[in-house]
This record gives sequence, C-alpha cells and structure tokens, in this order.
Amino acid sequence: MIRVELPAHLRTLARSNDEVELQVDGPVTQRSVLDALEAKYPMLRGTVRDHVTFKRRPFLRFFACGQDLSHERPDALLPDAVARGDEPLLVVGAIAGG
Amino acid sequence: MGGVRVLVGTKKGAFVLTSDAKRAKWHVNGPHLAGWEIYHVKGSPVDPDRLYASQCSGWFGQLVQRSNDGGKTWQPVDNKFTYDGVPGTHQWYDGTQHPWEFKRVWHLEPSLTDPDTVYAGVEDAALFRTVDGGQSWHELAGLRGHGSGPRWQPGAGGMGLHTILLDPTNAQRMFVAISAAGAFRTDDAGTTWQPINRGLHSRYIPDPTAEVGHCVHRIAMHPSRPNVLFMQKHWDVMRSDNAGGLWHEISGNLPTDFGFVVDVHAHEPDTIYVVPIKSDSEHFPPDGKLRVYRSRTGGNEWEALTKGLPQRDCYVNVLRDAMAVDSLESCGVYFGTTGGQVYASADAGDTWAPIVRDLPAVLSVEVQTLS
Repeated sequence: MIRVELPAHLRTLARSNDEVELQVDGPVTQRSVLDALEAKYPMLRGTVRDHVTFKRRPFLRFFACGQDLSHERPDALLPDAVARGDEPLLVVGAIAGG
Repeated sequence: MGGVRVLVGTKKGAFVLTSDAKRAKWHVNGPHLAGWEIYHVKGSPVDPDRLYASQCSGWFGQLVQRSNDGGKTWQPVDNKFTYDGVPGTHQWYDGTQHPWEFKRVWHLEPSLTDPDTVYAGVEDAALFRTVDGGQSWHELAGLRGHGSGPRWQPGAGGMGLHTILLDPTNAQRMFVAISAAGAFRTDDAGTTWQPINRGLHSRYIPDPTAEVGHCVHRIAMHPSRPNVLFMQKHWDVMRSDNAGGLWHEISGNLPTDFGFVVDVHAHEPDTIYVVPIKSDSEHFPPDGKLRVYRSRTGGNEWEALTKGLPQRDCYVNVLRDAMAVDSLESCGVYFGTTGGQVYASADAGDTWAPIVRDLPAVLSVEVQTLS
C-alpha cells in the first residue's frame, strides 16, 4: 500500500486521523497516487491539485525520502521506498499566512 | 416560540449564534470548519436547516459545505467551478487584459423556492448555479457573455461577484453586483443580462458615467417592493425606483458616503441601514466611533445609531456581506466587524449589544428567523 501523509486540514476534511493508505495499480507516480487519493477521498478533489489543469497548488509541496519532488514530472516514478510502502509521500503546506 | 439563528462567516471558521425571540441571551456554537476562511453561510428560505457555506484557503483552494441540520454537521459538496467555454479576459489593475481565473466563492444565494437550487457568486466574477444541492455547479455564462467583460476590473479586494438578489415576485428576474464592474439584471432567469448602472458617477474611473466599471459594494431590496433598490457604492449611497434603470444619490447627511453594507428593515421598506467608513486609505469608522446610520425616509435623511456601540477608539471595518436583518415583529438588525464582534439590535437599531466580542475577523453575517 502507498502511504500518504496529508496536512492537518486535509486530514480533517478526509476524516482521517493518520496517514492514508492507497492501492495504486501500475507505476507509482505523483499522478497515479493523486488519482488514487482523489478516488478514495473525493472531498479532496481540487485541494491538492487543480481540478482542470492538475497543477499542484502553489502553497503545497511534495516530499519523500528527504527529497523535494514538487517539480518532478507528474508521471515520473516516485522513489522505490514510497512504492514499497516503506516511506510516505508527504504533502506539505507552506509555512505562511496568519 | 420562534427564535433566530445568526450564521457568521469568519477568517477562521463559521459560527452559529442562536437565541429565542427576545434576542437577549445567545448561544455561540463553533467554530465549524475551523481554520478556514468562510466567506459566506446562508440557509434555504424553504428549508431553514439546509445551509450552504463557502470555505476557502490560500493553500487548498475552494470548498463548498452543506448542512442538513442547521449547522450542526457539514458535508463537502462539489467544489468544481469551471467557466463555460473559453474564459476570456478582463481588465487588470494596470489596464492590460488578464485571463479570467477562478479564485473563490464570495456569496451563496439559495433559491426562494427550492432547497437544492443555489446561486454562487465567484471571483473572478461569474455566476454559477447548482440544482442538485451542490453536487454540481454550472455557470450562467450569459452574464460574462454580455460583452462588457473586457472592461470589468478587480477592486482592491479582487473581482468578485458579491451580491445576488432574487426577485420574490418574478422568478425570471435577479440582480447581481460585481466589484468593480457594477450592477446587472436578468429578466429571463439568467440567460441574458444588462448592466444597470445609469446614474452612477464614479470619479475614480476614466469615464465617471461609464456603462460598467463602477465599484458597487452592495445592493439591497425589500421583498415587498423589488423594483426599489438601494446601493452602497465605493462612494455614494444610491437608490433606484425602477429596478436599476436609473439611480440617484441618497447620501444626504451621512458623515461619509463610503461604506460596504446596506440593508433594509424587514417591515418598513423605506427604512434602510448603512455603516459609514472612512476612505480611501483607512477603512475604519470616522472619529473612531462605530455608528450605524438609519434612514426612515428611503435615504437622504439619516440618523446615527450609537447606543451600545463603541463611541471611542474603535477602528474596525464592516465588510459588504456582514449585515442582515431578522423578520420578527420588532425587526432585529445584526452586523459583524473585522475585530470579531457581532452586534445585534432587537429594536430596529435603537439599541445595540454584542452577541460575541472575540471571534476571528467577520466576513459575513446572515440571519434566519425560525418559527
């Protein structure tokens, strides 16, 4: 299972207290993980990436295994440790605002 | 015995304030949807327990929440607002053309007859509608299709469609207002629209009497007299007696004709309320005194209502969607401030008291009169 750690507001929205676990068939990429996330938690559609363009929201970043993956192509493979479920994909909100 | 439910949208969540008809003791419930900006919360006139809320965030974008139990619990509904066809461009701050981009929902206006039908006014300015309780939203594209869109421009707070008035006597007619484009009316249920800005004079735009481009802050009507409209413009308080066909100024003896809110007494169509605000650069009450002004003559002659409101050292603002009235026998008037106070008057404005003092900045106030 793929593990995804969401920002607190999105965990609340998804009614999840912890990491979410997703079944991803085929290559494990940002796109396939977010597709699975939005399929399992439809209330998250539009909150991580735009509904139409699928662009990442500018105040969110993707990290895994100590790497900033935010600017990777959506179809680039995520690290093997994420694909194996050893490490989570982190969706991180910018420290900003008041 | 009836009562009232006050729906408050703030910078950090929604609050539901309830009281019996005396409106002396209040119960404060919230925050709901905590931590998010709640631009507007409004209930269905035909099913008061059906509420809709606009929830947004700079991080996570726009959500719409629906409650079927008067605000106790909430469920997210569809949040996809896609402009119909090619979005086109509007005027940007520097005069260049800028693509239409969805940013947020400013105002939700439930239908007068169907709890599943709701209109949404959004930034960048457009009007959307759901007919399935929020499961899907579709643009009423005739508004942007009017042709004047390239001359619309954002005000300092963005280019939002913030006012939606439904004519209770004519299902084909509604009014909207946009900052800074002006007011518009449809007479065919939203298929086509015409600007209704004749008589407005805005000295801060290149052509002060232009067909569009006016920074209308709010319009209001009394349901018994839907051809009479009242407007708080960026400057000037205005009135139209022919459904927006022509406006005339009614600022009269106000200390300043700038402000955001305007509302109408529930039982007296010529009794109206505004909160004058010092502008352009300050946006707080003149002289540090928070005063609601009431006209019982449909404008021009105004009296300051001060009892129970701070009359020194008060520097809050009252935003455009943050005033409402109830329809109890003695009309209640309510408004919220950017300082987090929600004030109520159970005697049509003669005296005021805070319901709650320390909420996050208040963005919107709506009232439901419950039987």
